[in-house]
Parts: sequence; structure tokens; C-alpha cells
Amino acid sequence: MRYLTATTAKQAVDALAAEKGLTRVLAGGTDVLVQLKAGMVEPDLIVDIKKIPGIRDIKAEKGGFRIGAAVSGAELGEHQGVRAIWPGVVEAFELIGSTQVQGRATMAGNLCNGSPAADSVPALVAANATARIEGPEGSRDCPIGDIPAGPGKINLKKGEIITSIFLPPREKGASDAYLRFIPRTEMDIAVASAGVSLELDGDGAIKAARVALGAIAPTVLLAEKAGNLLIGTKLDDGTLEKFAKACEAMCAPIDDKRGTVEFRTRTAGTLAKRAALIAYARAGGSR
Amino acid sequence: MKSIPVSTTINGDPHEFLCAPDETLLDVLRNRLGLTGAKEGCGTGDCGACSVTIDGRLVCSCLVLGAEAEGAEITTIEGMADGDQLHPLQRHFIDEAALQCGICTPGILVAAKSLLEKNPDPSDEEIRYWLAGNLCRCTGYDKIIRAVQAAAAEMRGA
Amino acid sequence: MSLDEYSRREFKQVGTRVRRPDGVDKVTGRALYGADVTAPGMLIGRILRSPHAHAKIKSIDTTAAEALKGVRAVVTSADFGVPDDDFTRDVQDNCMARGKALYDGHAVAAVAATDSATAKAALKLIKVDYEILPHVTDVDEAMKPDAPVVQKGRVQENVPSGYSENVTAHFEFGHGDIEAGFAKADKIVERSFKTAATHQGYIEPHACLAAVTSDGKADLWCCTQGQFFVRTLCADIIGMEASQLRVTASEIGGGFGGKTTVFIEPVALALSKKSGRPVKIVMTRDEVFRATGPTVSSSSDVKIGMTKDGRITAGLATLRYQGGAFPCGTTEFGCSAAFAAYDLDAVKTLGWSVLTNRPKEAAYRAPGAPMAVYAVESVVDELCRHFDLDPLEVRLKNAARKGTKSSYGPTFSDIGLVATLEAAQKHPHYAAPLGPNQGRGLSCGFWFNFGGNTCVSLNVNTDGTVGITEGNPDIGGSRASISLMAAEELGIPYEKIRTVVVDTNSLGYNDVTDGSRVTFAVGLATIKAARDAIKKMCGRAAKMWGIDPEAVEWKDGAAVPAGPNAGKFPPMTLAEIAAVSAKTGGPIAGHHEVNADGAGVSFGVHLVDVEVDKETGATKVLRYTIFQDAGKAVHPDYVEGQMQGGAVQGIGWALNEEYIYGKDGKLQNPGFLDYRVPVASDLPNIETVILEIPNPGHPYGVRGVGETPIVPPLAAISNAVSHATGVRMTELPMSPPRVLKAITDGA
Repeated sequence: MRYLTATTAKQAVDALAAEKGLTRVLAGGTDVLVQLKAGMVEPDLIVDIKKIPGIRDIKAEKGGFRIGAAVSGAELGEHQGVRAIWPGVVEAFELIGSTQVQGRATMAGNLCNGSPAADSVPALVAANATARIEGPEGSRDCPIGDIPAGPGKINLKKGEIITSIFLPPREKGASDAYLRFIPRTEMDIAVASAGVSLELDGDGAIKAARVALGAIAPTVLLAEKAGNLLIGTKLDDGTLEKFAKACEAMCAPIDDKRGTVEFRTRTAGTLAKRAALIAYARAGGSR
Repeated sequence: MKSIPVSTTINGDPHEFLCAPDETLLDVLRNRLGLTGAKEGCGTGDCGACSVTIDGRLVCSCLVLGAEAEGAEITTIEGMADGDQLHPLQRHFIDEAALQCGICTPGILVAAKSLLEKNPDPSDEEIRYWLAGNLCRCTGYDKIIRAVQAAAAEMRGA
Repeated sequence: MSLDEYSRREFKQVGTRVRRPDGVDKVTGRALYGADVTAPGMLIGRILRSPHAHAKIKSIDTTAAEALKGVRAVVTSADFGVPDDDFTRDVQDNCMARGKALYDGHAVAAVAATDSATAKAALKLIKVDYEILPHVTDVDEAMKPDAPVVQKGRVQENVPSGYSENVTAHFEFGHGDIEAGFAKADKIVERSFKTAATHQGYIEPHACLAAVTSDGKADLWCCTQGQFFVRTLCADIIGMEASQLRVTASEIGGGFGGKTTVFIEPVALALSKKSGRPVKIVMTRDEVFRATGPTVSSSSDVKIGMTKDGRITAGLATLRYQGGAFPCGTTEFGCSAAFAAYDLDAVKTLGWSVLTNRPKEAAYRAPGAPMAVYAVESVVDELCRHFDLDPLEVRLKNAARKGTKSSYGPTFSDIGLVATLEAAQKHPHYAAPLGPNQGRGLSCGFWFNFGGNTCVSLNVNTDGTVGITEGNPDIGGSRASISLMAAEELGIPYEKIRTVVVDTNSLGYNDVTDGSRVTFAVGLATIKAARDAIKKMCGRAAKMWGIDPEAVEWKDGAAVPAGPNAGKFPPMTLAEIAAVSAKTGGPIAGHHEVNADGAGVSFGVHLVDVEVDKETGATKVLRYTIFQDAGKAVHPDYVEGQMQGGAVQGIGWALNEEYIYGKDGKLQNPGFLDYRVPVASDLPNIETVILEIPNPGHPYGVRGVGETPIVPPLAAISNAVSHATGVRMTELPMSPPRVLKAITDGA
């Protein structure tokens, strides 16, 4: 294995594109090093992207925020600006792992690990965030939801890396929330999860909703139909029940050591309902 | 695999070492530098026994490559006491019987110190969540929380 | 009355919260654990493990591995002999599979190489030709006549026909007429329960460093609960004389019973012998879960009859324990412990030991007891609910006390169960209000406690200080307790004493640190070694005073004339006597060697409040209080620590911890990510109430305290969850999917 510290995005892209063997990008390393330890991967080249200028920065952009691919959870959590307009995204990312893992883990890494249970991904999909990708053919922006391809798989081409994630601007009367279910209070992988982003009109009725569910299918799913049920409502109990059922209806999870199909399905509905209530309250709505 | 030369600072002292590209910082500390205070309980970031700080951030040294230490400031449990003067956390861990076997203790002390630097007056719940990545199998955490509170109070001058 | 029996006294130092002697080393990172040492020329050993749950090993080709540059030795079972006795052979076969791989993770070969990466690469070059065999991992499945047979020829004579050969042993305990007892009951509840296998979960993986020299000597450094037992096992397996194998116990990073045997030590010795170099082996966490000694998983049926005023008329329990691929040693303990808290006229427990394709079980804190008591205490709770009786009143009404003929045979002497129940009854926790979706549970717990072979030396230094050598690794602060007892007996300050744990050549045989025996038995031997030293010091004073040794007694750390007839001499302190010892007969040391009995059983009661999220099945522990009889709490901090730590392990067992096997017989969760031990944020403070009902078998009244606290949490939490949900829980762990399903099915 070779280890390369890239000092520009181009250098990273060139090295990854030129390598004939297996490659891994190293940002926080909290997934890659676990895979190395377990012998799950034996890369020929690891490219550390943390020394690329700007890649550890959070910048205000067009009313939103551009978050560098090597920004850690601890750094994002300390950023009051992002926390103010995208509290759900920040709480999702901060749920990953321990304080120690937060010191290193990155959202881009969480996304690129390709886990259907990745905590930050449902929140990012609900937020309609985009990833900026640098590759041999130049730069492109891609909706977060289009990146996961299945467990452990992502839609990036050889030589491509994510350099930042863009969180769009927020109007007043909008907010988001993320909830996951884990057996303990910390340190587990989500058994089911839900990210909900809501925009309210002047009367407190929901005018836009994006809902994404995690750990209930091979990739994080955007629950469009379920989200649409919320539009025009103030989250009355009847709507919430229909919403939860609609979320459950689109779940296609697996039975494994972390949960059963039945449990994941029911819990996804429960969490979506609860997350919607939190997002609604944060957006200033009152039922 | 060709070894990589690394220059770093550990507990304020300059260190240079060679390591393999896939060698973790924990292995470097323990096997190359003789700093065996950080422990490997899992090697996967689940137990916290290998906690150190890098440039002021609390991390699991098992999830960091040795090569990433280039130019960094690292602190380990060995750097916590000032000569023979124990850090208040260290003293209170002994006084409050916050350790039994002691294998998790270095990691917990490093993590707790990092917490008190950020939050000098944490609630029990804040301590418990901050330390959730530090497994202790002996104490049930009760006396650990009390020891951290006692040290925090002393450090605040309370 | 012999000297080691209890006599009432006012303690000056025992019972104080002194600083432990190993504290500074442990808070500064200086303490040396199993993996923390190196030796010149050291090689790194790694072990190849079976990926199959059950497979015949047709051949192992190690030639490519041996040819790899940097590889210095490769061993397989062919490098070991075949021990005559079943016990040693099982231990050895568990360390290195012979003929068949019996579980996922079973060792099949090992290499020693110049570094870890080379050793890892060499493992990949070893070619093992397996013939995969059908496997079984569930205890009930393994008992069926047509189940795959794990090992043939291990069945004991008293096992009736009709079972699989996996059923190796049967036990029966009890007394009285069970059927007549049930006939007297107003209500009989009969339920079946299951508990998953759990792991001790010590944070330090097994590690050792072995160095064998060509003249047949060897040194072994390892993290263990018993260096002497390691020596016995390794000497037998490697074919060495005990005197030539010196075993030194490192500081130990947790054991809880899991480090009472060997897994890697014989392999490291074999590799060292073959390579002629020191060899270090450190297990990965994955190896710890797959190939050390988790506890048994169990399946049980309990039937209890009760009168409407709360008197238990009869109890019957059938316990089925699987202990992995080798005959299981804990079924008997479970049978004995199941009804120990009750004074019953009619009681019976039946036990079955079963082989499965899982790792060989090892002891885990009160081995065998938690799962048996869980089942019994769940049924007692259900009966209390049925009659709307107070569960503490019912337990008091039926409690075992002095003179009770226990369910497993012996008649109890002074025991503390009633005192702990009464303390629980008076505690504000018991009367505190509960909110919606909350439930309160309680359970009694019991452990036998052991004594065993113990040997202590106490050396009086010429500067008036004292060094104690003992042979039991200190897992939870025992060096402090031992120093305290010596300080008490000698009448010198605690700080003047240093207790160290020594290697196998420095003392006679000491049993393993298990059975909650150390503070009791090593404490007892220390007190008697101190008395031996005191006798000698009195003799020295007598010599200097020119009076009869019988005329000198020891008071407050000094020799004094025993009464006015002995003569008038000023007291001579320990320091004064020691300073001139060279002129009065030479160095002064006290010794004591004993196979201690009279350990004194221990009882505890746990109270717990939980809240259940009925939409997700998640359980939160809100409040937890422990009441336990410690006999005499020598160092109260570490008594509380044992109670808290044991309870939290029990909470993990009750709620989330489990060995999960796939259909392929492979362990699905060999890591701390999915083997979910409690983390700090899962828990409330754990309140402790220590009762002190002196153990008549110890000079200070000490009882072991370490194991009892893991016994009650399983039932206490299950009872609490059952009350919070309104559904009786019968399977552990009560993981959220299981609880949610129970709520749904029960609704």
C-alpha cells in the first residue's frame, strides 16, 4: 500500500485515476481504517485529502453553506451558522459514533461509505443538498440522493472525489430534523432513521416537505409521496398517522443482527412522524 | 511496503519515526515509541481505550494512520501529569475509586480532560454522552462520573 | 474456636477508603498490561481460525507459510501431544483444533514471524482442506436425537437415552415432595425462558509473551486471573516441569471469569519453543469474541406454586445450558443457585449440559446463576402480581435464613438475605411514584463464594515497613484491601505496607482469582500471616526482655508485656523490633498457607425502575438501587464498585448483549459495535447500600462480593419491563425488536 498526501484536488484526482489497483480516499478515516483492520479491503493506494486547501473550511455561499469534504463532525457542530438553518443535518452528522469519531468523521466520508444506514445521508437528502465532485473530466455538482448506489457502492467514477457538500439557503419558517433508532443511546448503527425538512407558509401550514428514510432499503430513500401528504397541513394526528403509514409502505428492509423487517418498518414510520413534529416546531409551527 | 518518515510533536516533545503506510498511530505510539499508555481494546473505534488528542481534537488513535501525524501536535496519557504532579482528573480518579482494572482509564482521562477544556461545568448527562465512546466494563461508570465532577469542581475553583 | 473464626472487633483501618497502591501507575499509563511488554528478538504470533462452524480438518499444508521470509515457526495440533485427562485435553483442543474445527473461530494453526504484517501474510498462505459438517448452535436443537453431534463419547452415565449425544451431563438437586407441594398451591405458574450467551466483555484482549529456552526453561507473561493455573495447564500441555515454567501475571484489564483459563498461552509457548525466540500473541477483539469463553446460553422451564397469602409451596426448574463445543461446567451452579433465596419444603432443579458448535464457555461472574435466578424470580414476580401481593413481603415470607436447608443441600448459617430485603423495603426508592410507561422490578440474587488454596508471605522490613507477596491478580482493588487487613492486624498505618502480586516461583500455589475468593481467602491468609509475624515479633521482644514469649502480647502495633506479672517494659513497636532483628534471630516474616473454606454465601436485592417506549420497544433504566451483604466491607469504595459493575453487566445482559449466530453457524457480531455493552449514557447512577452481616468463617467477617451483583439484574429488569408494558417477558436480551414484538403480540 502507498500513502499519498494530496495538496491539490487535481493531484488527488490524477493519482486516483492513474492507479491501476484498489484505491481509497482518506478524510476522517473512521470507516476506511476499520475496513483495513478487518482486512475487508487491501488498497494499493490511499490518498489523504485533508491537506487540500479549503477542504476543511465551512463557507457561506449564496445564502447557504459549502462544507468542505474534510470538515469533521466536531467542527460542523461548532458552526453556529449551519446549526441555525440546518439543525437536522447537524444533529444527524453529530449522531455518528463517539466524541472521538466526531473528531475525525466527515459527511462526505459518511456518504461515500455507501451505507444505507449512514446517519447524515437522510438529513442531506431531505435538505436537498448537493455534492461537488472533482474528477478527471472536471467539476460537477450532484444531488446527494443520486450518489448512493447500494450497500457499499456509490455512483462516483474512477478518479472522482467529493470536495464539498452544499447546503442550500433557507427561508424563514423552515427547518429540519433527523431521528434514528439505535438500541443503546450512543455508539450504534441506525436500525431505521428519518430526516424531515419542512417549509411553512405564513399561517403555519406546511408548503413544502422533503422526507428521507434510512436503513430500510439498499439506499436511503426520498419518501416523496409521504412528504406530499404533509403539504397544506399543520400535522394533525390524522395526517401524521397517514404519513407514518406511507413511510412504512415504502420500506423494503432486511432482517439482520440489528433489526427485523417488521421492526425497521414500524420504527421508520414512528421516527418519521416524530421527526416531522420536531422539524415543524423548529420551523415555528404550532399544532 | 515502503516506510514513511514522520515528524511530529508528542506531549510537547519532538519525535521522528518511520512507519508503514497502513500502520495506525496507536501502533506507532505503542510499538515504535514505547508509549503504551494508550490501549487497543478493539482497533475499530468502538471502545475509546486508545484516545489521544491531535491538534486539540479528541480521537481514537486506532483510527488514525501514523503517517497522518506529520506536523501534528499529539497528546497522550503520558503527557497528562506535570512531572510528579498529577492532573486533578488523575487525582480524583484515584480518590473516588473511579478505576478497577484500569485498562480503560488512560482513554477516559484523556477524553474527560478534553471535555473539561471545552465545558468546565458539565452536567452528569453531558459527561455521560461525551464519554459514551469510552467503554468501561468494571465500574458501571458511576464513580467515573463522580470523579470527573469532582475534578471539574476543583478546576473551576469551586 | 479456631483463630480464623469471626470475632467482633472495632476496626481502625478496615472499612476506610484508602488510595489504592496501583492508582498512580494506572492513571498515568505506566501500568503494564498483557500487551505492554516486549522482549529482545521478539516475534509476533498470529492464529489462523476456522471460518466454519463445524468441519473436519482433512489436511493442513503449511509449506508456503514456512517459506515466507520472516516466518520463524508454524504450529498446528501436530506440534502438541495428546493429554491423558479429559480436562487438559479439552483445554488444549480448544487452543488448537485437533481433527475437527468445532466452531467459527476455532484455532487451526499459528505462525510466528518477525512482525505482525508478515505473520498476517503467512496465515493466508496456510492451506486447510476442510470437509464441512452440519452444525448446531441452539441448545434446544442440539438436544434433539437427530441433531448434528459435536463430539462423540462425552456422555456421562446418568444421562437417559433418547437424547442427542450432545447432551453430556444431567444434574438433580432438591428435597421434599414436589407434587404434594403443588397440590397445596392456590396458583401454579409455569413458564419457559431463554437467555442468550453473553461475553465478559473485558476491555483488554488476551495477550501473552512466551520465551522458551533450549535448556527447557520458560518464562510466560500474560494477562490472567490465575498465573498458577496457567502454569499447571501450560506445563501439562507443553510437557514441562512446573518449576521450569515461571508465569508472571501482568496487570489485568478485566477478566470477570473469562481469564481463568488459557487460549493463546500454550500456542505462544509452542511457537517460542519451535522458533527459539520470544513470541508475543495479542488477540484482536474479533478473536476475543469468536474464540474465548462466553457464558452459556440457556433454555429453561420453571414451575412454582403459591398460596394466596404468598407462601411458596413448591418449586421446580429445568435448566438446559449449552457451553459450546466441550462439556460445560456451569449447569450444576445454575441448578444450585436457582432457588437459593428461598426456604422451601419442596424444591427440585434438573439440569442438562449440552454441546453445540460454539466456543467453549468460560466462567462469567457467578457462572450459571444469573439465568437460573432470572427464570425463578420472573415466575415469583408473576405469582405476586396474580395475588396482588407486595413482592418484597412475599420474598421476606419465603426468605432463606439461618438454619434453612438450602435447595442445593447445605444448611445456611448466618446469611444476610432478610437484612437486604428489609433494607430495600425501607428505602425511599421502593415507595417512589412511577410515571406512565414506567415499571419497577426487583429480584434477589445469590452466589456461593469460594475460598480455596491460598498462600501469603508477609515480610517485616528493618525500617518498620511491611511487604506482602500474594498470588492472585488484582482485578478490582484487592491489593488495597489486603494491605488494609494487614495494617489492621499489625497495627501499623496502611501506607507502611505494600502488597504485590508475584510470579509462580515466588509463592506456593494459589487458586485462580475467581469465586469472589480473594478478599476472603487471601485476606484470611494475610491476617494469619500477620499473626504469624506478630507471634515471631512477640518472641523477639520476649527474648530482649528476658521473659517468656507467652508473656508478651501485641497491642496497637507494639509488643507489650501481657499483664503485670510479665514484668514492666515499655512497648516495643514493630519498627523497633524490626530494626534490631539482625541481633535477635534474623529477618522476620509471617506466612500462611491454607485451603480456605467457610467463604460464606452472599445475597443481594436489586430494585430498578424502567421506562419503555411502546412505539419502539426501547427500555431506559431510570433508577437502580442495590442492597447487598458484604459481611464486612474492607474497602467500601471497591465493594460498591463491584456492586455497580456487576449490576451494569447484568443490565447489558438483560437489554442488549447477545451472541448472534447466523444460519451458517458464524458469529454475526464479533465486535463492540454490535455486541452492545452498556455505554455511559445508557445508565443512571447506581445507588448502593452495603449491609454487613459478618461471615462466621472469616476473622473480620468478610464475604466475597464480586459475583452476586450480576445475578439479580436480569429478573429485576425483566420484571420492570413486564410491568411497564403489561406483557410478561420471557426471553433475554429484551432488545427493542423483541420488546416491540411482545407488546404487539400481547395487545
